[in-house]
Amino acid sequence: MSFPWAQDYTPRAPLMQWLDEKLPLPRLLHGAIGAGYPVPRNLSYMWNFGVLAGFCLVLQIVTGVILAMHYAANQAIAFNSVEHIMRDVNWGWLMRYAHANGASAFFVVIYMHIFRGLFYGSYKAPREMVWLLGVVIFLLLMATGFLGYVLPWGQMSFWGAQVITGLFGAIPVVGEPIQHWLLGGYAPDNAALNRFFSLHFLLPFVIAGVVILHIWALHINGSNNPTGIEVKRESDTIPFHPYYTAKDGFGLGVFLIVYAAFVFFMPNALGHADNYIPANPLQTPALIVPEWYFWPFYAILRSFTQDILFIPAKLMGVMAMFSSILLWFILPWLDKSPVRSGHYRPLYRKFFWVLVLDVLVLGYCGGSHAEEPYLMISQIATAYYFLHFLVILPIVASLERPDPLPYSITEAVLGHDEHAVLGAGRAVPAPVRVN
Amino acid sequence: MADEVVIPAADPALEPGVRRRDFINIAAVSAAAIGGVATLVPLISQMNPSADVLAESSVEVDIAAIQPGQAIKAIFRKQPVFIRNLTPAEIAAAEKVDIGSLRDPQTLAERTKPGKTNWLITMGVCTHLGCVPLGAGEGENRGEFGGYFCPCHGSQYDTAARIRKGPAPKNLEVPVYAFSSDTVVKIG
Repeated sequence: MSFPWAQDYTPRAPLMQWLDEKLPLPRLLHGAIGAGYPVPRNLSYMWNFGVLAGFCLVLQIVTGVILAMHYAANQAIAFNSVEHIMRDVNWGWLMRYAHANGASAFFVVIYMHIFRGLFYGSYKAPREMVWLLGVVIFLLLMATGFLGYVLPWGQMSFWGAQVITGLFGAIPVVGEPIQHWLLGGYAPDNAALNRFFSLHFLLPFVIAGVVILHIWALHINGSNNPTGIEVKRESDTIPFHPYYTAKDGFGLGVFLIVYAAFVFFMPNALGHADNYIPANPLQTPALIVPEWYFWPFYAILRSFTQDILFIPAKLMGVMAMFSSILLWFILPWLDKSPVRSGHYRPLYRKFFWVLVLDVLVLGYCGGSHAEEPYLMISQIATAYYFLHFLVILPIVASLERPDPLPYSITEAVLGHDEHAVLGAGRAVPAPVRVN
Repeated sequence: MADEVVIPAADPALEPGVRRRDFINIAAVSAAAIGGVATLVPLISQMNPSADVLAESSVEVDIAAIQPGQAIKAIFRKQPVFIRNLTPAEIAAAEKVDIGSLRDPQTLAERTKPGKTNWLITMGVCTHLGCVPLGAGEGENRGEFGGYFCPCHGSQYDTAARIRKGPAPKNLEVPVYAFSSDTVVKIG
């Protein structure tokens, strides 16, 4: 696809030749995830999470389509239809637990994927578009996760819908009409539940579309790698298949073991018991928190407790929460350092880990009651979060003296670049196979 | 000093026969394939009737009010059941038929319970493509043979609900049933 030494696709079987002339789908796969796609030879297991995210999307669509066969999006029977799935439908309990824990797994994988990109500077030129599309996918994923959480129509579902649509109510003048428009009423009810179900079914397919663009944009320049150095020649790469299909396959196996442990042994560990109480519009649960994967952003939302100048605290919180993600859209232009990988950026590397800690602190506060000391900790952590992206990153980029970069990926891996084994492999008559 | 014998290091990649890596490769792909196929079991079987549907396995019907010559439609597993109280003339007409001439040979006695030959209980589902035949309701067309007539594709059933003419291959199905008492019948 991207490098001139990419292996050609030459179908030998007559049927495959015939197919290649009519619909070159095998050719596309060969060049995208097959032997025809050269990939940096030094990708670590941190590069598994893209494939895992794709797996999670498929997992969620398959289990989700099945759940939709048995679920009824009507406020009178939605809760009972979920219990019907749990008790009566063949393997329904498995489908629902696989879907609910699949959502959590998806977010774990996607956060690893995002922070991988942050550490190794994968968002920098020439891969800005990959990053931007990734942020779009993340936003769609958050919307889908929220919409899906409303569908069981338990207490957390109902009040989650109330609170999240209430965010839009913070917008001056048009806020309340927008909130009523989103809900199709004054409070979450049948109209809201029905449209949430419709959109929850639609959005994953939109995500799948943007994922195709994400992968397409990625394959224009090829994957970044732990050194952050661009591929120079063939010895810097190995074919995607069999090397990374095998590595991703192993990673998938490890992922599935952890995922299955949750699905089969602690399926409700990541959920809220309150969501097994049917929605009650007259009583809010004592602790109303979103699912764990929204906690950091929820903490940012709640950290604004006082009006700032003429801006009400409510609006500030909403703007800060949305900005905390929208900020990522300008990240490629905030970090001017020409060195990508954190391995060669001693100063950036430290601040990266502080940011990870900061987000974990925000997450912890977001899952706790809205009271001291969590509010003050949230405020400090929120301030630091924005400080990191808007102030620290640009300053570090100009002050930092990066460590010396290796000449090439091959040199970083082998210690020298002239006698690269794989690069010479084609010139040697006998095939060299690594056992 | 003895002569030095140089033994060249064996390259495992060039070993003949089955290599360790071949085994790992086959084992891994096989495990993934078995796991994938096993996963299909719940994905497919979730579409089978659920427990609450299977729980509707029997229904009791009070037949005390059905006069000879009358029929009612009951519901069993979301499908109509015809319960008919045959008149002596209808019984005679059914018994007169030459069994050998039937498409689906069965006597009236085989289709009813001993001593209760007047109670003809059949599914109200045409064996052609599943429409509900006419004839159970008052004044409905009962076809040339005085039993049931399916308006969809013209199948005609006689007074024992046996197929006599038209595209249906089988007689109207007799469900599993038993008389709980003289006036109550339990279907299923």
